[in-house]
Amino acid sequence: MTTRRDVLALASALILLPPAVAAAAETIRIGELMSYNRFAAFAEPYRNGWQLGIGEINAAGGVAGKMLEVVSRDDGGTTGDAVRVAEELVSGEKVSFLFGTFLSNVGLAVADFANQKRILFIAAEPLTDALSLDKGNRYTFRMRPSTWMQTAMLVDEVRDLGVKRWAVVAPNYEYGQAAAAAFRQLLTQRMPGAEIVAEQFPALGKIDAGATIAALEQANPDGIFNALFAGDLAKFVREGSIRGTFEGRTVVSLLTGEPEYLDPLGAEAPVGWIVTGYPWDKIDDPKHRAFVEAYQQKYKDHPRLGSLLGYIIARTIGAMLQETEGSTDTETMIAALERITVDTPVGPIRFRALDNQSTLGAWVGKLAVENGRGTMVDVRYRDGADYLLPEAEVRKVRTD
Amino acid sequence: MDLGFVAVQFLNGLASASSLFLTAAGLTIIFGVTRIVNFAHGSLYMLGAYCALSLLAAMGPWASTPTGFWLAVLAAAAAVGTIGIVVEVGLLRPIYRAPELFPLLLTFGLVLIVQDLVKYLWGPEDVLGPRAPGLASFVRIFGYRFPQYDLLLIAIGPLALLAIWLLFHRTRFGILVRAATEDREMVEALGVNQRLLFTSVFFLGATLAGLAGALQIPRQAATPFMDLDIIVEAFVVTVIGGMGSVAGAFLAALLIGELHAFGILLFPRITLVLVFLVMAVVLVLRPSGLLGRPEAPSAASRHDSFPPLRPFGWRALATVAVVLVLLLLLPIFVSEYGLKVAIDTLVFALFATSLGFLMGPGGLISFGHAAWFGLGAYAAALLVDHLGARMEVTFLAAPLAAGLGASLFGWVIVRLSGVYLAMLTLAVAQILYAIAFQWVELTGGDNGLIGIWPPEWARGRTVYYYLVLAVTLSGLALLGRATFAPFGYALRGIRDSQPRAEAIGIDAPFHRWLAFAFSGALAGLAGCVYTFSNGSIDPSLLAIPTSVDALVMTLLGGIHAVSGPAIGALAFTLLEDLVMPLTDYWRALLGAIIVLLVLGFRDGLAGSLERRFATKG
Repeated sequence: MTTRRDVLALASALILLPPAVAAAAETIRIGELMSYNRFAAFAEPYRNGWQLGIGEINAAGGVAGKMLEVVSRDDGGTTGDAVRVAEELVSGEKVSFLFGTFLSNVGLAVADFANQKRILFIAAEPLTDALSLDKGNRYTFRMRPSTWMQTAMLVDEVRDLGVKRWAVVAPNYEYGQAAAAAFRQLLTQRMPGAEIVAEQFPALGKIDAGATIAALEQANPDGIFNALFAGDLAKFVREGSIRGTFEGRTVVSLLTGEPEYLDPLGAEAPVGWIVTGYPWDKIDDPKHRAFVEAYQQKYKDHPRLGSLLGYIIARTIGAMLQETEGSTDTETMIAALERITVDTPVGPIRFRALDNQSTLGAWVGKLAVENGRGTMVDVRYRDGADYLLPEAEVRKVRTD
Repeated sequence: MDLGFVAVQFLNGLASASSLFLTAAGLTIIFGVTRIVNFAHGSLYMLGAYCALSLLAAMGPWASTPTGFWLAVLAAAAAVGTIGIVVEVGLLRPIYRAPELFPLLLTFGLVLIVQDLVKYLWGPEDVLGPRAPGLASFVRIFGYRFPQYDLLLIAIGPLALLAIWLLFHRTRFGILVRAATEDREMVEALGVNQRLLFTSVFFLGATLAGLAGALQIPRQAATPFMDLDIIVEAFVVTVIGGMGSVAGAFLAALLIGELHAFGILLFPRITLVLVFLVMAVVLVLRPSGLLGRPEAPSAASRHDSFPPLRPFGWRALATVAVVLVLLLLLPIFVSEYGLKVAIDTLVFALFATSLGFLMGPGGLISFGHAAWFGLGAYAAALLVDHLGARMEVTFLAAPLAAGLGASLFGWVIVRLSGVYLAMLTLAVAQILYAIAFQWVELTGGDNGLIGIWPPEWARGRTVYYYLVLAVTLSGLALLGRATFAPFGYALRGIRDSQPRAEAIGIDAPFHRWLAFAFSGALAGLAGCVYTFSNGSIDPSLLAIPTSVDALVMTLLGGIHAVSGPAIGALAFTLLEDLVMPLTDYWRALLGAIIVLLVLGFRDGLAGSLERRFATKG
């Protein structure tokens, strides 16, 4: 009995109480939402990242004399929950703007909410191109290079290798379909004479690796374009290396070099795959080394891509508020974001005003195994500025 | 396509069929005897994998010997079997007398708890275990390299089937299990120790799940998503084979494994929908599955133990009036966010009550009620997005579309009963989900459609709240009215005794069909209202978790009181809202609360309230 009564009493108290009174004037409240429960493997390092960044800003006295306070929430991993949580942050917690989200559909739903409420939103992880194209809006900025951008980086890497017959394997949802479509489009444009001879779209998390691999091999491709990740990737790699699927073939693979997906493969990381990723131990830039050191010192763990992303978003927020001199007026902040260049551990980034896409890039290289764990070699940083979606294409569909 | 390739692809299909069979076998055995639809079976499978990993890690160098490896696999299976005993004795035994769906709700709570437990104990990152020592390489078959371990898996499937057959036909335990699967009451009447039988069956089923999980170690990484990735497919195999039939599960796994292996050659995108298409076809042709028998009528007659529904008395009416006044005054007291929560609660109250109508008076258990909620939502969003329709129009069109969809599928669905009916509704929902997911040009795929906001006059939260209040209360009133109209009485008559109802001239299939369409239409209305409150939709509205949410709300509130589902919706929405910001492990907390509620309130919240009033009054 107590359980139910307590719960109901607490619940009604929570809802009936007026929203928490905004803290003292020298604090800027920022709303953050991420699938902390559902995608904890990504979300925890990401939280470490932004906490490190925000902590540094506050330790240096804040921005324009104001401290930053992040109100962090789980977005539930579904659009319905995320929109409700965003509403709570905006109208309940009175935050000045929002950042975060993991899944593309959740990111799009929150972006649309931001558009409706005229609130600034910085999307962290969503990769869908739609966020830059027809489903984007002027209130939404995106940090990561989109699916199309990363696919383009990979295609550039293999365009001169002379591989003609390609097989494509991608998870059966928007990210996978978009990656496959981008690869097909870029292949036609940039690799004359190349063709796609087989495509497989296993359901996310449910790949029947043996059957899928046999189906790909049946077409006898010279190259494989892979967009699988996480659990599907591990199954694909295991079956494929036993069956010799990757021997004598060029394999290009999206995201596989990201520590989130590479670390679990350990010594079984498929050597020689050409991948996009984040080789945190191979980046010599002193600014980046300082970031890694600070991170390791604070969390006793190496950074993941999520950590870097969270940290860069924190720096971006700092730079934006510096530019607005602490103002949290939405229009002022948008104008600032479109103007500023942010100094990050990976170099300067900015946002293209046309589609609010950041110029953060990705690293391209080959997978290798060193000391029993996967890493990348022959690493090059591909600046996102060189791979933004073609302007004409964006102009055609964007309405804002 | 050369013959060698066909042979190898056939072997690939066999290997995945074996894995599937091992998981489904435990599920079907447990269901056969205890009639528990064990949602947590996938969790046991996942625990098997993680336990094996930990044991292997603890063994040190010994783990890389075949003896060590197989010992670890068997020990993991036994450990999971023991966990099964704890669950059965500690949690399920007290509620065998509760309505049949309560154990399902409890196991769903367990799913949430185990998921977070795994993340807590083993970390959220995927863990790739070692390959099987001595079987890490390949053999050549028609020139193709084929993993040795997959050959072993192919052998384990039929061996397990044989072992189970021997156990069931050559031991006293097995004879009792078969007898209980056939007629539980009779076995009980003959003086067999039911408790021991149930516990040992649960141990057997859990051990098989643990074994299946542990055997996956050499093929895949252990991930916190393993449970949900396997459970639905295991259900499908169980249902296609016939609930309770081990041989049926084997056949079904074979069918799915091979159809999948060859299906993807012709239709590479079929992966999302294939198993559900197969299930729908099988259930339409053979309503009890391949080797199943029609369900014994005993399950249905349980409704006798509940007092008939009563219309609201004066006290209840007074309560309703007070609630109404409070709802009307709500915007004065709460923030915009509070209104948003209130809107969600009202929407889910209507959604859950429409399901409650189907399950209570209708006696039809639906695992796929999200289909009609989502259909309504999609109808509204598509009308706005593609045809520029006004919101007011969609408030009529969406329930119409959902009702039409429900009557179309319902025509086939209502010919089934019990668990098979529930599973066919699940299949229908999954097929609609797959369509919404893959017809990208129309539905926007899994990114969904955005920008579906109310028109200017209704855009303010307060105005929209009153609109939602009006719409959902009308829907609820309609459902309440139908329950006590001759239509509702006829439905209850059919539910409690179909032969008697038919004897007095009631057309049973027609009434059930009508109930299905009516309930679907109101769920569609809820979906439509929900869409304009969120501004966006995506296929998750049609997905299993949405159906499960509705079930949880309905059962939490209690289906044997008209107001039950609405109270359940309120409790569930507030719970989720309250628990989510507390901790990263909020799902486990939610699961624990569900488990406690199930154990503490076996008639649901509303039922318990009612009884309290009755005893005190």
